[in-house]
Amino acid sequence: MKQEFTISLFSENHIGILNQITIILTRRQINIESITASESAVKGVHLLTLVVKTTPDMVRKIARQMEKLVEVLKVFVHTSDEIIYQEIALYKVTTKGLMSGNVIDHIVRTHYARILEVSPEYIVIEKTGHKTEITELLAQLEPYGLLQFVRSGRVAITRQVKELVSYLRELDEAHRVKPEEVETYNRN
Amino acid sequence: MTEQERHEETARANGHEHITGAEALLKCLIAEGVDTIFGYPGGAIMPVYDKLLDYVDKLRHILTRHEQGAAHAAQAYAMVTGKPGICFTTSGPGATNLVTGIANAYLDSVPVIFITAQVVSGLIGTDAFQETDILGVSMPVTKWNCQVKRSQELPDAVAKAFYIATTGRPGPVLIDITKDAQIEKLYFKYKQCNYLRSYNPHIPLNTRAIESASIMINHAERPLILAGHGILISGAVNELREFAEKTGIPVAVTLLGLSCFPTGHRLYTGFLGMHGNYGPNLLTNEADLIIAIGMRFDDRVTGNLKKYAKKARIIHIEIDEAEINKNVQVDLEIHNDAREVLQHLIPLVKQKSYESWIREFRICDKTEYEKVIKQETRPESGDIRMGEVVREVSELTGGKAIIVTDVGQNQMSAARYFKFTEPYTLVTSGGMGTMGFGLPASVGAKTGKPEKQVVAFIGDGGFQMTIQELGTILHYNIPVKLIILNNGFLGMVRQWQDMFFKKRYASTELVNPDFVTVAQGFRIPAKKVEKREDLKGSLAGMLEAEGPYLLEISVEKEGNVLPMVEPGASVSEVTLNYKS
Ligand SMILES: Cc1ncc(C[n+]2csc(CCOP(=O)(O)OP(=O)(O)O)c2C)c(N)n1
Repeated sequence: MKQEFTISLFSENHIGILNQITIILTRRQINIESITASESAVKGVHLLTLVVKTTPDMVRKIARQMEKLVEVLKVFVHTSDEIIYQEIALYKVTTKGLMSGNVIDHIVRTHYARILEVSPEYIVIEKTGHKTEITELLAQLEPYGLLQFVRSGRVAITRQVKELVSYLRELDEAHRVKPEEVETYNRN
Repeated sequence: MTEQERHEETARANGHEHITGAEALLKCLIAEGVDTIFGYPGGAIMPVYDKLLDYVDKLRHILTRHEQGAAHAAQAYAMVTGKPGICFTTSGPGATNLVTGIANAYLDSVPVIFITAQVVSGLIGTDAFQETDILGVSMPVTKWNCQVKRSQELPDAVAKAFYIATTGRPGPVLIDITKDAQIEKLYFKYKQCNYLRSYNPHIPLNTRAIESASIMINHAERPLILAGHGILISGAVNELREFAEKTGIPVAVTLLGLSCFPTGHRLYTGFLGMHGNYGPNLLTNEADLIIAIGMRFDDRVTGNLKKYAKKARIIHIEIDEAEINKNVQVDLEIHNDAREVLQHLIPLVKQKSYESWIREFRICDKTEYEKVIKQETRPESGDIRMGEVVREVSELTGGKAIIVTDVGQNQMSAARYFKFTEPYTLVTSGGMGTMGFGLPASVGAKTGKPEKQVVAFIGDGGFQMTIQELGTILHYNIPVKLIILNNGFLGMVRQWQDMFFKKRYASTELVNPDFVTVAQGFRIPAKKVEKREDLKGSLAGMLEAEGPYLLEISVEKEGNVLPMVEPGASVSEVTLNYKS
């Protein structure tokens, strides 16, 4: 059964890493539902958050293939209940449509959204939340003359305690213990 | 003072040489123990080639006749020497001509360092003359690649390339160096790389899993070892033998695993896969335990996955975690180096023997001999068969030659009938099945192991894909022995047309040149064999020849390689007899 997975991939800041990741997904015909790339909390380490719909078996395979990439530090795969996640959306609506009565206040309040900017022509509203909530607000606003709508990819935080920093520390320590034991292909 | 100036001042103070990027590249290679390079020059890489002239005493450059040839030769060199192969080409068409060779090395896990030149950095992205995005093109088929635009970045990039290519599951890497970076000077200092935090090829040994494996092994009744290329790569040939001899477990090998276990050994059961031996294919489905070491359950090995090894529990010893549970669900995974695992496993396993289980293999061997091998290797009438040619060569060389193959029936016949006795003596294109691999690979193999007899089996189709490499053989007088098994067809495809397309021979019959005359045009001694009585003498003459030699052998036109696990069939549904 296909389900939604959030892949958090930590990598070195290497040109082309995104390309390598998408190659893995394209080969398996997996569509990216959403993608966000940014610097992580660790300096120099980049974080890519991908949402994909696929089977548990397939997500495990692709995660291993991603982790195999030389510049990738660590890949975490989570189902939606294992993470806390948000998306952000911006809506631009005609001022004319919304200003009648208390419509705007009501909508903004009930959807936990906020107003970013008001001009004679348009109002810009911001909302963070899950995809469904963002879509609900979209439906509500549409009748009032929607001029523009954008939504971001997902950002996610795990519920697990172990963090990337500790993985990095483990890697560095493992290296310190056995520097001379690096295996090589040379047999001669 | 800028950071750059400070850096240069310390470098000068430390006595680092001030040299061009091109020279630095060569010095890096020398520091890594390189002495042979295969390649082809062109505009963008001229600074490097120019410097090569100053290093001829340390670095030998073999000019192939096509970049694909350079790539295959470098791979073959790596496969026989265990040292990474090195390949140089220019930008644009020089680089794109490599792609088949890179992909081939990638699928067969062979360390090759590809150095491509790139247009001047200011021109990148402008569709300049001979500019191709080789990083983008090679990304899916390299283990790692990078571009160097500043000469001072070069030593670290080379060090990283060697480290990545040769450790863990080896593979090809590519460094793209802009022309300006080759010319620009730097203060040279080289330090080998042995650590990257995002890449950890040395996985701590999973001793718990090894203990579990020993228990499973000690309790098995019909165990079977499947040994792959990983045995050769990790240098576990002796460990495999010790492990098999102590446990008494029979051994089957994959195509690229051939030569990792002596073919004459009492525990050897043959080679696996579509055209492999009858016993190991059939009995895979009777085994109760499969110990897969350094192999990846390729579809050519497993046949129909739904009916593969269903009675067996599977232990998978494999350094590449992404290969575990990829095709076949296993019961126990040991994600470690094959050699290390075997070293720790050997003391834990019990001395045993499986006489009746092994007898089943011998019964299969007998069936296969009667139904297939006898008429293929010792026919008494009719045209010469590929199998008999291979058997003769095997006997004449005592199984000690390095065998290079092309792809198709010639390859399967060589794999089936050569009696390998020493490790690292088969050079073949497994994962890709690249026609045209054989001839340039023979150049690389002989260059790497000049003291060994190198014999290549090549089909008349594949020979014509890289036939220009006869020029390389002439140029450097490389004493390879080339056997062209001429059936006048793209034989393996014709066999499939015969078996699965109602014998409709669409575009598989060849109108061939006179290969002997072609060879002679390249001043390579050559001879044609058409009759059985001439075969042995001609082969012996070829093997005794001082220099390179080409023997064209007319073989049966419509011979089929059997047995065969037909596409979609299970390994236990092997076709032994086929009459069209
Ligand atoms: C580059 C490439 N193109 C096409 C194929 C498909 N193919 C596989 S075997 C084969 C026929 C090979 O014919 P030949 O070289 O004469 O060898 P034979 O099988 O007769 O020994 C072909 C066309 C391939 N493996 N590689």
